[in-house]
Order: sequence, then C-alpha cells, then structure tokens
Amino acid sequence: MTAQQPIQTSRRRFLQGASAAAGLLVGFHIVPGGKALAATAKAPVALNAFLRIAPDGIVTIYSKHVEMGQGSYTGLATILAEELDADWSKVRATGAPADAKLYANLAFGMQGTGGSTAIANSYDQLRQAGATARAMLVQAAAEIWKVPAAEISVAKGVVTHGPSGRKAGFGELAERAAQQTPPANVQLKDPTRFSLIGKQVQRLDARAKANGTAEFTIDVKLPGMLTALLARPPRFGGKVKSLDATAAKAVPGVMGVVQVPGGVAVIAKGFWAANKGREALQVEWDFSNAENRGSEEILTAYRALAQQPGRPARRDGDADTALAKAAKRIEASYDFPYLAHAPMEPLDCVVQLSPAGCEIWAGDQFQTVDQANTAHVLGIKPEQVKINTLFAGGSFGRRANMQSDFVVEAVQIAKAFGGNAPIRLLWTREDDIRGGYYRPLYHHRLAAALDDKGELVGWQHRIVGQSIMGGTAMEAVMVKDGIDATSVEGASNLPYAIPNLAVELHTTKAGIPVLWWRSVGSTHTAFATELFLDEVAATTKQDPLTLRRKLLAKHPRHLGVLNLAAEKAGWGKPLPKGWGRGIAVHESFNSFVAEVAEISVQPDGSWRVERVVAAVDCGRAINPGIIRAQVEGAIGYGLSAALYGAITLENGEVQQSNFHDYESLRIDRMPKVEVHIVPSTEKPTGIGEPGLPPIAPAVASALMAVTGQRFRSLPLPDKVKQA
Amino acid sequence: MPITFTLNGKPVSLDIDPDMPLLWAIRDEVGLTGSKFGCGMAQCGACTMHVDGEPVRACSMPVGSIEGQRVTTIEGLQGKVAQAVQAAWVKHEVAQCGYCQSGQVMSAVALLSGNRKPTDADIDQAMNGNLCRCATYVRIRAAIHDAAKTMRA
Repeated sequence: MTAQQPIQTSRRRFLQGASAAAGLLVGFHIVPGGKALAATAKAPVALNAFLRIAPDGIVTIYSKHVEMGQGSYTGLATILAEELDADWSKVRATGAPADAKLYANLAFGMQGTGGSTAIANSYDQLRQAGATARAMLVQAAAEIWKVPAAEISVAKGVVTHGPSGRKAGFGELAERAAQQTPPANVQLKDPTRFSLIGKQVQRLDARAKANGTAEFTIDVKLPGMLTALLARPPRFGGKVKSLDATAAKAVPGVMGVVQVPGGVAVIAKGFWAANKGREALQVEWDFSNAENRGSEEILTAYRALAQQPGRPARRDGDADTALAKAAKRIEASYDFPYLAHAPMEPLDCVVQLSPAGCEIWAGDQFQTVDQANTAHVLGIKPEQVKINTLFAGGSFGRRANMQSDFVVEAVQIAKAFGGNAPIRLLWTREDDIRGGYYRPLYHHRLAAALDDKGELVGWQHRIVGQSIMGGTAMEAVMVKDGIDATSVEGASNLPYAIPNLAVELHTTKAGIPVLWWRSVGSTHTAFATELFLDEVAATTKQDPLTLRRKLLAKHPRHLGVLNLAAEKAGWGKPLPKGWGRGIAVHESFNSFVAEVAEISVQPDGSWRVERVVAAVDCGRAINPGIIRAQVEGAIGYGLSAALYGAITLENGEVQQSNFHDYESLRIDRMPKVEVHIVPSTEKPTGIGEPGLPPIAPAVASALMAVTGQRFRSLPLPDKVKQA
Repeated sequence: MPITFTLNGKPVSLDIDPDMPLLWAIRDEVGLTGSKFGCGMAQCGACTMHVDGEPVRACSMPVGSIEGQRVTTIEGLQGKVAQAVQAAWVKHEVAQCGYCQSGQVMSAVALLSGNRKPTDADIDQAMNGNLCRCATYVRIRAAIHDAAKTMRA
C-alpha cells in the first residue's frame, strides 16, 4: 500500500453503475443533523454510481472511502460538487456499498481506503462524475424547456436558461436527467474557475460529531442483537487447550459460549453481561505453537543480524568502498518498538446472517478483502456479503487488515451461534492494546562516510524487521526480490545527493502480527534517516538546514517545504535559554512535509514541545482546512509515539493493556501548531499520513541541539541532560 | 430493586445489576448511544456525562451509585453554554473521527459552566482526562476560548 502505484481511471465503470446504485437507495444517509433517515417515499434519483439527487435538491455523494476522521466524505464531495456546480449547503455524503466493480480504489484495484490515496485516486474520477451529471441535468432542462443546451448555465444547484430567465433546481430535474444518455465527453472546469476546490468549505460531518448523533458501529441497534466478547490467547499463536464455561453460562444475561478459531466467545444481552461472562470463563491455553519470546530477545536477535549485509533495496555507487576509504566514519543504530494503533473506537463489527448471505456493519476500511474473507468463512460468494460502511472512530491503519481479523471473528461467532441473532462483537481497550497487528519492531544500523573535506560521500542503511505484506495476499505485488516496499519506504528513496548509497533489508520472522500504522515505513525510516543526517551535520559542524539545502538541490518540492517551514518558524532566530529547534523533511505518499519543532528543556531535564511549524506540499489543496487538521492530527499522533509509544512483550505476553500504560498525548502536551500549504497546481496527493514522519526526528533534533545528546530510539526519554 | 434517577430531565427506573457501569446502563438498557466506550477505566473520557452537573467518567461509575441523581448525556445537553460550545465545535471543525467528541463537549460544557474565561492552564486541567487519538487538541482549545467569548458577549 505504498503510494507509488499508478492510478488508472475508468470512466465507463461508474456510468455503467448508475442503475446498480439506484437499486441500493433504500437505506440510510447521514444528514448534517446526523440522523439516519430512511429514504422517503419519493425516492432520490441516481445519476451515476457516485451521486443521487432527491426531489428537494439534496445531493448525496457516495463515498467509496471510509470516513475515519481524515475528511474523505467532505473532500470527495467537494470534488464532485465542484464539477456539478452544486449548492454546498445541499450536499451530503454517505458510505458507498461494497462493490469493487464500482467503487474500487484505483490505486489498489479493490475497494479499500489507505495509503493516503482517497483524494489522489478519486480526483479525476469524481470530476468526471460531477461533470457528467451536470451535463445530464442541462440536457434534461433543454428537453423540458425546448431550448438549446448551450444556452443553459448552472450555478449553486440552480439550472438557468438565460434568454428566457427560466430556472429549475436540481431536484426538479433529477428524474428527467437520470433518463438521459450520459455524454461520452464532458468538459472539465478550468481550475481557475473552481469555487469549492481550494476553498474552505464546511466539513459535512462537523455537526453530527458535535452533538453525539454521528453513528458508529458500536451504536448500531438491530432487533434481537446480542453482544459478543472474545477471550483470545494471551500469547500470539496460542490455542484453547481446555474450556470450562459453566460459570460463564451461569452469569445472568449470557446467552451462549462458543469456541471459534480465535478463542472463546461469550454472547450476551449487552456488554456488561458479556464482560462478566468472559471473566468467568475457565480457559487453559496451549502455547506450544505460540510466540513465546519477549521484545528484548527479538531486538537482540535483530542487532546481531544488522552486523551482516542484508538484501539490497537500493544501491548507488559503492557504499562499502566509500566507507572503507572514508576519512571519517559515523555510525549509529536506532531501535523502534511495536506500536498499537489504539483508535478511540475499539474494534467492533456487527454481523447478521441470513439465507441470502451476510450483512455487516463496520467502520469498514477494506470492503473487498472483508467480503472475500467473510465469504470464505461462510462458504458463500463475496457478492453475498453486504457491507454497510459507517463512520470509523479512528483507524490509523488498524481497520485495514488483510486477514479482516475483527470482521472474521464476528462472522465466525455469528456462524458458531447458529445465525440465531445479529451479533455485535466488541473489543475492549485491553483487547485492542493486546490484540496484535502492531507497527513492527525495527532495528536500523546506519554508517556514513565523510571524505577529507568533510563531504558526505557514502551512506549505508540496514533495516531489520518483520514484513507487513509477507504472508498476505498482497505479498505478490508488494514484495519484490525479497524486499517488502513498506519496510524500506522513506529510506530506499532517500532524496539526498550522496554518490555511494546502499539500503539493505533483513526481513525477519516473528509470531507477532504486524500491520501498517499511520505512514507505515516512514514511521521509522524518517526518524533514522533524518536524525542520522543531523548527526552528520553535528559532526561536520554544519547547520542542519544548510546541509539539507545543499543535498536537496535537485529536489524542488522537498526544498520548497523545507524553506517555507524554516522561514515561517524563524529558523536561526534567537530562542530563550534552554530552548532549541530541530528540522526534518520527508516525502511520503507522494506528498512533501517539513516540520520545525521548538522545544524547551527545564533545569530538571524535563522537556516539552512548545511549537511546531509545518509546511506541506500535497499538490492542489482540495480543502485547506482539512489539510491543516490532518497535519495537526498527524503531529499529535506522532508525538504520542515519540513521547510514550511502546508495546513490549515478556515471554510472549504483551505488557501493556490500556491508556494508563500505553499512554497517549493529552491536551496539556499538545504544542502550538502552524500549518502552511505550498500553493500548487499539481495533481492532489495524500495528506492523512504525510504529516507524521517528520515530527519525531524534528523533536529529537531539537533536543540534540539543546543538550548535545544523541537520541537513537523511540520513545524519547522523559528527561534529558540540560545544556 | 430498580435504580431510579433522572436522565436528561426525565425519570428513569432500571431493574439491572447495580454494578453495571452507568455508561452501559445508558447505552445498552436505555438506548442512548451518544456517550462512547473508550477504555472502561476512566482513562480516556469518551464516556463523560454530567451527574448533578459535574463531569464523570460513566464507564467506571456503577449505576447503583447514582440513585436519585440527575444525569445529563450529550443527547440532553441544552442551554446557552452547550449551544456556544457546540457552535464553536462546528465553526472550528474540531472533530476528525469524532468518536471522543461527545465526551470532549461534555467536559468543555462543564468547564465553561463554572468558568466564563478559562485560561490555557484551566483548559489543560479540565480537558486532560479526555483523550483524542486524532489529536484535535489545537482546535479544542481554540473552540473553548471562542465559546467563552460568545458567552461573554
């Protein structure tokens, strides 16, 4: 799921899909007040797979991408509404049904959200969809009014025939418009005429999320629905050896106990009874095939591996020789722990089985994969799995799972219970923190060669860790010559002008399930590369900004954000005693972000991040407010990891369990944040993730500037040396 | 014996396990789902409700302990402070995923009900129990200051 894959658009697909979407109109849509309303008697009309128009003129956009906070509903609706010339106050969005033929992510070839691709892969497609629908509305008006289509104009949801002064709203024309043949070619707007794209339009979900009416999976209510909690083995790979469910079944409200491949599920009327029932289970676990190592043992093995050459991921010149001949060598190694995603809404899934198949309610991020895995469990066809994609209470990658773990668990439980009731599987926070699918633990070893003038002439970077893609259906695409692209991204595409450069990978095996975590490989590669470059700068007594400018001469977009962030932050200007600045720049998901962190160190060595200035280049900015919000949020999420984040294991057991020992950033540690957007006419690229990679190295670099200390692992220490 | 209390201005009587947390009593028994489950141990604040006007973490409060008290959830929020806070939340587009925001709003309303001009330190103190993994904190702070200004105007 890197961003480097080409995006292909298919116009025909969505036009063919208009009728299919129309068949799905009975259901729910999110109105700004947040209530889910059943479709009214006079049904809205679909003009193509991506929009429908109601008689009252309300335009509802089908978002093929889950709304998990990143603003996809608003962003995608903005693109379509722009070409449609819709009235923004009448635009709504809802999750598209699961149907890869219509709603594939064009960067993945299947329906799913991730890799900061929502806007990038949809931009052309939704402009086409909007412009086509607009043309159909114009044709309808021309027919009704018996005037040439060329004399008709559209603005803010109103279709007007200038010469006669006749006007009609979208709602009045929709039915007739749906009968038109979609034009083969439509003229897209000249971007200079954009009135929604690039402007600050109101987020569509702001109100519902301020008054508690936004509907998440945990809020779904179905007649007769029961709640399930699953007791999972306390070590990954453990199995049930013996089970005594007598006490659990005696808990009032418990309706059943079933064994599934993942453990033992207690099914009850409501969470509380399920929780009490689960606590009453007597399970003995078999750990003979479990991962029984601790994270220290794993890290020790990685450090040993890093002494040996790995598989080449990139080779420019001859780094070995450059290092051998170097006037001076710099070496450092970096450690990164496992990280849990810990979205605020713990994982959950509602499943209802029926003779026709299976219906799922989830903050679904990987519809096509979840359909396939569900179908496999039930022995049905993927298209018999209907998915209702609801708001996701955060994900950060966790809900996009090649194994569909939390969906499959719910389906297995519903099946084991005989399909007798809709099942709502809830995870507790403890289940979430201990549930695996972590950002992998990594060890990096770097060496730099300086020549006799102090120039950086060689760079060797070895990365050791588990593959996220290995063993999944994506392995064939994402792992080439033994290199999982997600293990080395951000390192293998290092932009700095260094003549001899080698990036190597050791892919390890461990029984701990791993997964992409907001910004994936760049969560660790940005820290190792940027901080190591700062070590080079410190050793050669160069300013970190000056060194970067020199090495990035051929990378204008890196330079653009670097210079903008430095300028806005006042790089080089004096700071109070005990304060320092650090800078980092990184490309991920085809977007470029530089951040300057200002930190203060107290006399007792405690420290805090005071201010962060970010500059971003994500191509054309669709919604500047959401871009800023995503960068603010990515900085906060990255700071959580930089200050606190670590999942550790002992004898195979995860040591953390909830927010008291897997801490997260709170408001008192959130710095002031400024986000500056580089004006651009390039195609829009992602912004959900790219704000994250620079923050940890920028902060560590600032700490290094104040203290002279080196920082080579995350999380950073609570206390540092005073200057 | 049923547990009786006032929920959003109306009397409620529930014949349930008094150890059941208030959160689950409201969500699963009454059916109001605006208050969220995030941690179950008063660490994240997603479940924040008002009991007799004070913000509480409903996930860790046994329903039996609120006999005779007044409970307000996000669904029952009303009045000038609530309106100012919710309007500021929309204006500043605070929410991202939105899951924690009911709790954030409840804490912010409690803060502003007793303090019409909170400082940043007041905000830190009042809001520190409310986690947001999307880290919307910059906007939470701005929205609280803005709501306070609206209320003073």
